[in-house]
Amino acid sequence: MDKNQSRRQVASMKQSLFDQGLLDEQFIQLEGLQDDANPNFVEEIVTLHYRDSSRLISSIEQALKERNPMDFNKLDTLMHQFKGSSSSIGAKKVKAECNLFREYCRAGNAEGCVRSFQQLKKEYVALRKKLEAYFQLARQVGPQETACRSK
Amino acid sequence: MIIITQPFFELTALILAYSPSLSLTKMDNGCFSSPRRDFPAGLRVLVVDDDPTWLKILEKMLKKCNYEVTTCCLARHALNLLRERKDGYDIVISDVNMPDMDGFKLLEHVGLEMDLPVIMMSVDGETSRVMKGVQHGACDYLLKPIRMKELRNIWQHVFRKRIHEAKEFESFESFESIHLMRNGSELSDDGNLFAIEDVSSAKKRKDADGKHNDKECLDPSSTKKARVVWSVDLHQKFVKAVNQIGFDKVGPKKILDLMNVPWLTRENVASHLQKYRLYLSRIQKENNQRSSSSGMKPSDFPSKDQGSFGFQNSLNKQQNDVSNDSYNYSDGSLQVGNVETKSHEGDPHGIVSQSTIAKKGRLLTGNIADTNMRDSLRVGLNQHFAPLESEGNHPVFNCSMPTQYSWTEVPCMQLKEEHKSYVHLEDSFSKLPLHGKQHPIHVDQSQSVASINSTPSITEEEVAACIEAKPLFTDYKNDYASSISSIGNAVDSFPIQPGSLIMNDQSSEPISTINSGLKTQGYNNLSFISDLELYQRNLLLGGEANTAPLDEDLHFYWLQGERYNMNFGLQHIGMPEYYDPGLVSEAATHLYDSNDYSVIEQGLFIA
Repeated sequence: MDKNQSRRQVASMKQSLFDQGLLDEQFIQLEGLQDDANPNFVEEIVTLHYRDSSRLISSIEQALKERNPMDFNKLDTLMHQFKGSSSSIGAKKVKAECNLFREYCRAGNAEGCVRSFQQLKKEYVALRKKLEAYFQLARQVGPQETACRSK
Repeated sequence: MIIITQPFFELTALILAYSPSLSLTKMDNGCFSSPRRDFPAGLRVLVVDDDPTWLKILEKMLKKCNYEVTTCCLARHALNLLRERKDGYDIVISDVNMPDMDGFKLLEHVGLEMDLPVIMMSVDGETSRVMKGVQHGACDYLLKPIRMKELRNIWQHVFRKRIHEAKEFESFESFESIHLMRNGSELSDDGNLFAIEDVSSAKKRKDADGKHNDKECLDPSSTKKARVVWSVDLHQKFVKAVNQIGFDKVGPKKILDLMNVPWLTRENVASHLQKYRLYLSRIQKENNQRSSSSGMKPSDFPSKDQGSFGFQNSLNKQQNDVSNDSYNYSDGSLQVGNVETKSHEGDPHGIVSQSTIAKKGRLLTGNIADTNMRDSLRVGLNQHFAPLESEGNHPVFNCSMPTQYSWTEVPCMQLKEEHKSYVHLEDSFSKLPLHGKQHPIHVDQSQSVASINSTPSITEEEVAACIEAKPLFTDYKNDYASSISSIGNAVDSFPIQPGSLIMNDQSSEPISTINSGLKTQGYNNLSFISDLELYQRNLLLGGEANTAPLDEDLHFYWLQGERYNMNFGLQHIGMPEYYDPGLVSEAATHLYDSNDYSVIEQGLFIA
């Protein structure tokens, strides 16, 4: 594939992530931190995030299985951690789902929690896939392409 | 000021002497809060967060700010790091929610043990959480995702703390140090180190900062204080304004305008003026009575009795009264003693400084801005301090001035609560709440003091006599004396730690510094004390009866003290020095129990 084309593709991929409200300002901040010392900083961070967050996802899923009664405190705590992790990469929509989930937790709404979590997982997986594709292409294009602003 | 630096070293010596476990290296340590030349670059940050993603991001961000970063994902580990390398970090950034330890708890520990600024962070920005963070002493609360610009500015917290501590140190000098040290002695090594570090840092900062800040050191930035702290500088401005206007035509509004201190209110000036008037009248009385007094500015002073009574009263009060009253009243005399005592060294409890008082004589002079006063004080000192020297104890100080808020408060807090007090203490005296609460006097503090305190033997008659005699003094004395009383109170309220006692005996140097610090405190306290009531009570306790032979002496010293009072800054310093414990003790001896007697007699009695 033509390098310029790839670059443009990378750029548009990134742009669409923002346009769709999947990513926020934090992602740009991460890109700003990328430099010669850490040329793949953003990808490293995203990878780290998904490693850590998948652990949390499993824990939450496990906790949701306890129905009688549902441990809302535990769920809230886990979700708080998950939200923190999601905020690290700027996962906007996922964060919004976290808030919703925590609302249901505080309300003691088990069904709401379960439903909300389903939605959350969808968003989570969707973003993950898109980011993986994005970084794959970006790596091909070259490190300088991933940074959208100078350091 | 020469005096200031001296005490520090002495204080240091004391600390070392009494804390053998403490290594000097800490103090010599170059990273002892001395800012780098390229500050804030190289700021040593410790980041604590259980989220590995954020840990990495923050590390990168902080490195971009040219800070030195250490990351940690466990709170306990972080504490270990901090303890291992005391003074190895400048600031701590920690997440609120961590699995092994609550972020707030870590915050408390760091504040108490290391007294480092701590920034909390969380993805949760709920007001209640933020409030909790601030309550626990966080200097900032950041919301995740954190922006670069927020991190670039964290150095201000370090800087602010240094300045704050330098100021406090200037004010309180060894007083604070001793205080810290005292606490340190009760606490673990960490506490000791903590104290010492603080002293050293404070000193360093102080040296770096230079002179005393114009504004009050403690206030108005203190969140807890609602009152104005009349620092030396502030009072000097006040006096200058008054003299400019003309004492006869003076009024709060005029003074306020002349002083040109933006945050000062008319009410502040009005109440201060009232106290100042009382002080002047007392001085004048003493002046009239005492022909030999040197340098006292004549004014329309009323009878001289007041001075002596005040003195007596205070003594008596001290013995008896757990409240501040006696202290307030005695101000000059008592305070002098208190101030002189080691408390200056860092021990808020003036008691200790008794022995130092004699030595302080010279210290005082150094601190006293008014050379006239200095000379007169000196006179007094030489004459009367002799007995003091023999005795290390100033019974006078035992007063448990409740008003001593800042000092008393802090020590109390510290003693009672684990480390919380440190946080408060660290907050510098400014934070010390100036409440009118009465702190129970802990006799333990200084032996000498204890003896006195423990057996208040002020008779009712004496009290009554005192009250009648000197209504004038109460108010003013409260203010000026407060500093001293504070010291006294502070001393009383805090159970004296073995370490702290020692400190008192050590050097006289610090006293001067303490005095200055105390003074400030005193002023603060004054505002909080329900002055008139207290003073009147003191008066009652004073009991005129015993003062006959001492009156003259007392007056003399009283005057001396008064003069200092005038100079606010000096007052505190001078007060203790001029305070002739002998005088006090003499007056009080009959009041005190035998225990006290012995103590008093030795050091306090003036022939």
